[in-house]
Amino acid sequence: MILDFTLIIARWQMLMDGAWLTVQLAAVTTLTGFLVGTLCAVARRSRFRLAASTAGLYVEAIRNTPFLVQIFLVYFGLSSLGLSLSAVTVAIIALTINVGAYTAEIMRAGFDSIHRGQWEAAETLGLTKFQQYWHVALRPAMERVYPSLSSQFILLMLASSVTSQISTEELTAAANFIQSETYRPLETYLLIALIYVALSLAMRVVFWGIGMIIFPRRRRLGTSL
Amino acid sequence: MDTALNLNHIGFLLDGALWTLVLSLMAFLGGGLAGFAVAMGRIAPQRIIRILTTGYVQLVQGTPLLVIMFVIYFGLPTLGFSISPLLAAGLSMTIYVSAYLGEIWRGAIQSVPRAQWEAAECLALSRGQRMFKVILPQAIRIATPPTVGFSVQIIKNTSLASVVGFVELTRAGQLINNSIFEPFMIYLIIAGLYFCLCFPVSLLSRRLERTGVARAQRIELVSA
Repeated sequence: MILDFTLIIARWQMLMDGAWLTVQLAAVTTLTGFLVGTLCAVARRSRFRLAASTAGLYVEAIRNTPFLVQIFLVYFGLSSLGLSLSAVTVAIIALTINVGAYTAEIMRAGFDSIHRGQWEAAETLGLTKFQQYWHVALRPAMERVYPSLSSQFILLMLASSVTSQISTEELTAAANFIQSETYRPLETYLLIALIYVALSLAMRVVFWGIGMIIFPRRRRLGTSL
Repeated sequence: MDTALNLNHIGFLLDGALWTLVLSLMAFLGGGLAGFAVAMGRIAPQRIIRILTTGYVQLVQGTPLLVIMFVIYFGLPTLGFSISPLLAAGLSMTIYVSAYLGEIWRGAIQSVPRAQWEAAECLALSRGQRMFKVILPQAIRIATPPTVGFSVQIIKNTSLASVVGFVELTRAGQLINNSIFEPFMIYLIIAGLYFCLCFPVSLLSRRLERTGVARAQRIELVSA
């Protein structure tokens, strides 16, 4: 049997729409996930026992259960609360909750790696806790864990394929639809696999560029990311 | 039609959990063997082998596991291979795991100090002897914590096999849900069961990491 892509190329527009939604999902949840994760990392390191243990519980619960189950829990949980949200909204919420836990662990490692003297110096200058994190710790912490952060966000983009299971119309869902119309599953899925590979390479380039912009020291020293 | 959750359902879920473990084990063994080959290929002296394995790793790590499953389960039959859900899930997981474990192990092998290679070469050991008698025993120690950590990913990712119709824990839950319509409760139970499977492995990996760090610090102190 010979691979025949003509029927799939004819539905190219649908694949592009799906890929565009995948890109949007990844972009939005990278930002929200980073925000949630960083706040949780701060909470986990705080003196307040309750905040620290709640954040710890959240991180462990998410990291030890599959994303597929999490997304169903969010989907059915929200609807049993009487909220009827679109599939895309549910996907964004579930992806944010998921990646937030992983980011929290990474950022915590980053904050932990800041030298004691830096914290003490910031405290001596009379900075509040918020100012210490914002002005002193955040950027060097991010810089140290930047490689793990960026690969985590690429894994997040790949994980967004699972949201096809709650009928978000992203790339994988588009492929499911096309293969049911064309009876060409092998070609369809091989093609979207290549699109995903291209997307993850593109994301790597984008993260490299962002790293060059926000970490001037890296730019000067020319260290690779 | 009011059927409440009963002991039969719980038994069915536990059955599913057993299949989740079987699939995880298959993925770990298959993926481990293939991953070892990938790690060897990535550091092979021949350039062409290095390029090919790097390409394989990039392809697999850039593709979602769900799509790999679809390619295998829906794609292979159109080439004339009939394939059962268990085999499709096992094969997809093997491919996925091999790329990640291969990279972890390559990193471990390459972090064995260069002097060890050179010393082994001075003792006139062949390349195979160098690898198996000198480098690997040291690399295994470095590789153990991240490998155990990745096993958690393997267990969690077997949930995607439910999508190709393999009845593991998640699929078992979906089937029960089809008859009693209490999705939130069922998925909570499933999440709890996954947690019970994964959390001990997570704890083990963290403990191994801590003792590994302690050992590395001791070595540093001795050599300093």
